[in-house]
This record gives sequence, structure tokens and C-alpha cells, in this order.
Amino acid sequence: MQVFFNFVMDGLNLGSVYALVALGYSMVYGIAKMLNFAHGDIIMVGGYAIYVMFLQKDLGIAAAVVASVIVCSLLGIIIEFLAYRPLRNASPLSVLITAIGVSYLLQNIALLTFTSELKLISGFIKLPTFYVGPVRIDGVSILIWITTLAIMVALNYFIQNTKTGKAMLAVSEDRGAAQLMGIDVNKTITITFFIGSALAGLASVLYIAKYQKIEPYTGSVFGIKAFSAAVFGGIGSIPGVALGGILIGLIEALAIGYLPDTLRPASDGVAFAILIIMLVLKPSGILGKTKIEKV
Amino acid sequence: MALLKVSNLEVSYGVIRAIKGISFEVNEGEIIALIGANGAGKTTILNTITGLVPAKSGTVEFDGKNITKTAAHKIVRMGMAHVPEGRRIFQNLTVYDNLKLGAFTRDDKKEFKENLERVYASFPRLEERKNQIAGTLSGGEQQMLAIGRGLMSNPKLMLLDEPSMGLSPIFVAEIFEIIQTINKNGTTVLLVEQNAKKSLSISNRAYVLETGKITIADTSENLMNNEAVKKAYLGED
Repeated sequence: MQVFFNFVMDGLNLGSVYALVALGYSMVYGIAKMLNFAHGDIIMVGGYAIYVMFLQKDLGIAAAVVASVIVCSLLGIIIEFLAYRPLRNASPLSVLITAIGVSYLLQNIALLTFTSELKLISGFIKLPTFYVGPVRIDGVSILIWITTLAIMVALNYFIQNTKTGKAMLAVSEDRGAAQLMGIDVNKTITITFFIGSALAGLASVLYIAKYQKIEPYTGSVFGIKAFSAAVFGGIGSIPGVALGGILIGLIEALAIGYLPDTLRPASDGVAFAILIIMLVLKPSGILGKTKIEKV
Repeated sequence: MALLKVSNLEVSYGVIRAIKGISFEVNEGEIIALIGANGAGKTTILNTITGLVPAKSGTVEFDGKNITKTAAHKIVRMGMAHVPEGRRIFQNLTVYDNLKLGAFTRDDKKEFKENLERVYASFPRLEERKNQIAGTLSGGEQQMLAIGRGLMSNPKLMLLDEPSMGLSPIFVAEIFEIIQTINKNGTTVLLVEQNAKKSLSISNRAYVLETGKITIADTSENLMNNEAVKKAYLGED
């Protein structure tokens, strides 16, 4: 039983980070109507920003966190401006292929700059460990949960209650009509990328705090799993994405824990298997609205 | 002086020439109707004026300024509201949120309140349903919301695209009455309609559009007695 609870704890940690990353995917998808496949790689770049600031330059945790968020936000805005904006009226397929290209570009820049060697970032954020009965809860877990929850609440408030948030909802629903209200669609999408990428920056802080390592492909695998979580829970819905993230994290942790040794390497595939099953049964996800396209 | 002046406007979608060089004017205080059959290019003209569709050549001047290449979101700020075809209200947002988005370019809170009161006075139904999700309104109510949303920017000129489309006769009568009230309150109106009879009855002047060209331009009174117009658009022999 104790072992089970430890797996659950691990799953909740993993799931919370997935949820945060999935939120970034979901925001950009919901408002800019595109899948930013480079989102995971932005997290990877944030991870290297932490590596440089914390380990190489030894400037401390705060500087590393700030650097990660700033680097990721700026990177998101630059990618949007250079790669996606020229394709604003292009077919969704062109945008998707461009996003995959940007993803490879970031990975290869990381490979050139930092080589493929796994970088360990031990002792990044250290917090005391608690015991609730036999269940071990480390402080980093609590930090991850609180951060994810706080961001979700704040983001929901921002979208529902501010003028910019409402403009985002308007752009999400009808770009042309939004323009007729005087909303600058390009500016709104830039803000969306800014927020989504800042979330990626925070996600890389939490990722490094938990796993204490980084390599050029970290973001890509992690990001695609988080994307699966977003689709699983219902891309476009904040509670849905949170639920999807937590569930995928839990299932993956339990699979790692209980699969026989020979099948354990396949645990990475669990998220994708769930994604496929969900797409067959309910393509809109657990909490996603079934959208009827009106002609 | 003309509030809106369109000169030699040409618009193409790829190789298809949708608008083949048209010119017309809307003077301050007027209601101008653009009538024509489906596919004549009425909606394209409005979309080009408000910058949703780029012009191939020709110019659009509004309030003395050339706005041919001005971005759509900047044109609203200059005092032009466009109530688009098919209403295009924000279905997932509340009635109030829709009206608030209509005032997106207006930062003055006092002005916002006055405009909101004015819209609620013209459309009491919108006030009753202000917290309702807009997508759940009836077609007529959605049209009222689309017009109300347009009024929230306090426009000098309002472009209305097929406001009577798909509405029951009672709502059609109500919408046309509202258009006249809007005009009396000082907003110039450019009305695009398939319902030629109704639009000629409330407008000062009208232009008849056929496959991208203006074929007749006259006062609405004359057009109602024009044999060709009668035959083609008013359903009379």
C-alpha cells in the first residue's frame, strides 16, 4: 500500500507539470488555432537557461528562475513573429509543418550549443520532506502543486475578467468579428504566445526541480505527452487540461511502477495509447465541448 | 461633404473579379441602400470598406481620410461600425460581454455607461437577457445584439449587412424601424439588403448592384417607380 501511495505521489507530481505544459498548448491552440509543436522545446531551452545561470554562472535560484521565464517568453514571441505570423492565412497544415520545423531547429541549436550529453542540475531547488503516515511527500511536490494550481486560477481569472482576456476569447471565436470590434488580432496572438511561453518557462523550472537533468530532446518527448494530456482532458478547457495532465501523470507513474520489467521501457507509450483510445471514443476529450461546426 | 467616398473600387478573389470598379458616396445623415441579388458583391464591398478584404485598386475615403489600406481594427476607432452578414456575435460569451466588446475601442467609462443605457433603451430585450449566453438567443435577438454591439462604439457611420436575413416578418419590421431610429439619433447608415422594398422605403438614395457593377443610382423614391427595378427587385410586373 505504501508503495502504491508513493507511485500516486509521483504521478501527481508528474501530472501537475504535464498540466502546466498542457495549459500552454491549450492556450495557443484555443486562441491562435494552431498546434505549437515547439512548445515542449521552449521548455527545453528554459531548462538550459537554468543550467547556464544556476550551474555555469552560479547566480542562484532566483536568477535562474527569472532567466528561464524571460528567455522562454521572448523565444515564444520571436518564434510567433518569424515563423507563424507570415502564415496567418495559410492552410493549417503549413503551420503545423512549420511548427515541427521550429521544434527540430531548437533541438539542433541546443545540440550545437550544449552537445547531446545529459546535463545534471542537482540541488537546484531543495525543500524539506514530509511524512503523512507512511506516505513520503517531498517539498518540491508541494511547490509543483501550488504553482500549477495558482497559475490555473490566475489564468482563468485573467481570461474571464480582463479586457485583454475577453479580446482573446473574441479572437478565439471569430477573428473577423474581433477585428470589427477594433481588436488587433496580431497583438492578441502575440500576447497569447507571450503568456503560453512564460508558462513554459515556469514549467522548465518545475521540471528541473523534479528531474534535475536536461538534454536537447527533453522538451520534445515531454511536450508531446503533455499535448496528449491536453487532448485527453479536452483541449481548450482549463479544468479539462488540468484533469488530463493529472490523469496522464498518474497513469504513467502507475504503469512505470507496476508494469513487468520487460515492458517498463514501454511506459512512455502509455500516454500515446490513451490519446489514441480517447480520439476514437470522444475526440473532444473528457471535459471538452463537442463543437458543431455551423456552415 | 461626403462622409464615405468610394472611388473606382476593384476587388478580386484570386482570378475572380468580384467588384469591377464602382464609385459611390454616402453623405452625413443619410440612409443609403445598396441593393442587388445574391452574389452581386454587396458583402464584398462592405468587407473592403472596413478592411477585412483588401482592395485591388481604387480608394475608400472616410471622414476625409484615405482608409483604403488601413487595418480593420483601426477603422472602428475612426468611427465606423460594421454589423456583418450572419450577425457574427460571439456565441459563447454573454450578451453583456458582447456589448462590452463592441466598446473595445472606447476607454471612457462614462461614455460606455451612456451608450449601454441607450442600447438597452432601444433593445429592452437585451437588458433582460444581459447575462444570457449569446448563442442561446433567437435569430432576431441575435440581430439586435449585433446592431447593439455596433452602436457601442458610438459610430458616425454604421454599415449593416443583410440585417433582415432569416428573420420573421415581425422582427424584420422592428429591425427596419430601429435602423430609422439609429439614423435619427445622428448615425449615418449604409444598408446592404436583399429586401429591396423595405430598404428603399427607409433610405434616401440607393445604388443597384449587378455582378460587381453599379447599374442604377438614384433617389429611393425614383427607384421605387423605376420599371426595371420594379421588375427585378420589387416583385412587381
